[in-house]
Amino acid sequence: MAVEQRRELLGLFEEVDQAADAFTRLREAGFGDVDLEVISSTPYPEGAFGDAPVKHRLFTFPFAGAACGFIIGLAWIVGAQVSEPLITGGKPIVAVPAIIQILYEATLLAAVLFTVIGVFFESRLPDGIGLYDVRIADGLIGVSVLATDQTMLPARQALELAGATDILAQEGSLLRPAQEPSPS
Amino acid sequence: MQEPVVADPRTVDREILDFVMRTPRWFFVWAGALSGVLLAGVGVFLLLLIFGLQYFGYSHPVYWGFPIVNFVFWIGISHAGIMVSAILRLSQVEWRRPVTRAAEVLTIFSLLTAMMMPIIHSGRPWRTLYWEFPYDFIRGIWPNPRSPLVWDPSAIFTYLTSTLLFVYVALLPDLALVRDRASGPIRKAIYTVLAMGFRGTSRQWRIQAVSGILLSAIILPIFVSVHSIVSWDFAVLLLPGWHNTVFAPYFVIGAVHSGVSAVVMVTIIIRKIFKLENYIKADHVDSLARLLLVVAATWGYFLMLDFMFGLYGEEPAEVATWMKRTFEMPWIIMSPIFIFAAFLFPVPMWLFRKVRRSFKWMFITTVSVNIGMWLERYMLIIPGLERKSDLQFVYGDFTPSISEFIIVAASFALVIVGVLSFAKVLPIIPATDIKEGLLMADKIRVGRVEVPATMRE
Repeated sequence: MAVEQRRELLGLFEEVDQAADAFTRLREAGFGDVDLEVISSTPYPEGAFGDAPVKHRLFTFPFAGAACGFIIGLAWIVGAQVSEPLITGGKPIVAVPAIIQILYEATLLAAVLFTVIGVFFESRLPDGIGLYDVRIADGLIGVSVLATDQTMLPARQALELAGATDILAQEGSLLRPAQEPSPS
Repeated sequence: MQEPVVADPRTVDREILDFVMRTPRWFFVWAGALSGVLLAGVGVFLLLLIFGLQYFGYSHPVYWGFPIVNFVFWIGISHAGIMVSAILRLSQVEWRRPVTRAAEVLTIFSLLTAMMMPIIHSGRPWRTLYWEFPYDFIRGIWPNPRSPLVWDPSAIFTYLTSTLLFVYVALLPDLALVRDRASGPIRKAIYTVLAMGFRGTSRQWRIQAVSGILLSAIILPIFVSVHSIVSWDFAVLLLPGWHNTVFAPYFVIGAVHSGVSAVVMVTIIIRKIFKLENYIKADHVDSLARLLLVVAATWGYFLMLDFMFGLYGEEPAEVATWMKRTFEMPWIIMSPIFIFAAFLFPVPMWLFRKVRRSFKWMFITTVSVNIGMWLERYMLIIPGLERKSDLQFVYGDFTPSISEFIIVAASFALVIVGVLSFAKVLPIIPATDIKEGLLMADKIRVGRVEVPATMRE
């Protein structure tokens, strides 16, 4: 069965309430949480637009990293000692007190690295796919909706009725068609 | 927090990104002058490569001079940046917003500078490679992990990497802001790559908030470990004056003392030169000064402990080192200067609200702390090495060379140029953080008075 092609629409709003209204209207039009997204240059509180709480597993990343770091650190440090078993100062070849520091650093370093990887993974970065407009950086709020050919019209109507300043699709602005080039 | 930022988000963006978007003439003058000092430092380093450590005039038994003093000093400065930023983020303190980025950037550049010091001090930098990395398999050469020579770089590398990533993750929203405003194809392309397509979706903002807390929580133990390990560079040796059990916490709290003072200095300077009076207010330095009071009192306590433990054991060599540090020339002059500059002058001053809220006095007192703390490291390292011990027939006073002074000057130039250059290409105050603060700021009426309040998720 052929998968129906979905296209993105991005409505731009001046006010938070307008964006929240658009979100509600789109929900009422049958769009689910996976189809909708709010884009802003300011971190609004979670749920400010009526969007569902974000589910993520970022908390697991540092633990996985710490475990990997500990194992790699241990392998490196014990390996280095066992490969060149020089007894110095009558100390054991693998002296635990002396290697605790390096294990500690390796564990924490890997925890940080994995957390950062987790940030990129959970934030869906690098993100070069979604629609975006530089006016969002100027304070406008974007409401993005993924619609099929059948649901494109109700999506656009919902955005317009909520007071969108502009609506963008892949091909450009739908409310402000490109001006005819003036004759030179 | 009593003084909220009064501006709309567009004004915040414009004012904070102003320095990134256009370059005033003074920037080139200062950057040029400081680069001159930096070049002088590079010149000294090149001469050191040719002539070895004898170029500094080192002779037995004092082989640890200004570069090591500088190393401990800059590691100390690097600590407060992350401490201020991470603790304030974790506790979601509202007044953190304008000061965190500058503190983090100070950490990066002071840490980079600190890292260079042992390399310079080695005299033969290429040798440091096989001290640290297990690469010379054929000759069976491995680093010795029982030595601080391996502990130290592993801790500093971890701290630097973590700090860079911490700052980068927190920078993503601001990078996106700059990307959208950047002019010129090359600038735009660079910011586009760095911003990684950050658009500001609800998910991205949520992950930003959680990552700030997670990374802060992980970085704090790293920060404590780094200066503890730096202290063990000294404490694992049997040299009198160096092997005190209190060294690790003493070093950490000393680092925080000098570092938070440096954050106050930098905050006051960037407020002035970048015209950020609307964002960095008397409340911010007041809050930092209160933090400093606690830190300085704790540091004073550990200083006394170090002194007391040194004398209480009545170990002759230890007592002799303390006598030298306290009563012999030139230390008899340096000791009172150090105590006065690092503690007796600034701490009582910070007890006064007027001082804490005065940018001028806070600048003077925090500069004083850092002069004192540099001297502290100098007094910690040199007298212990200079002291004549049993079976030692060659000893003598340490006299720093001009070249060492140039290295110190160049290290300051490097940190200042680094922070200035960062501010030139990226916002030194987190614009999105400030805008979030605006969103959460409110006023509530209590009886007949209206007071500022902050909402929180």
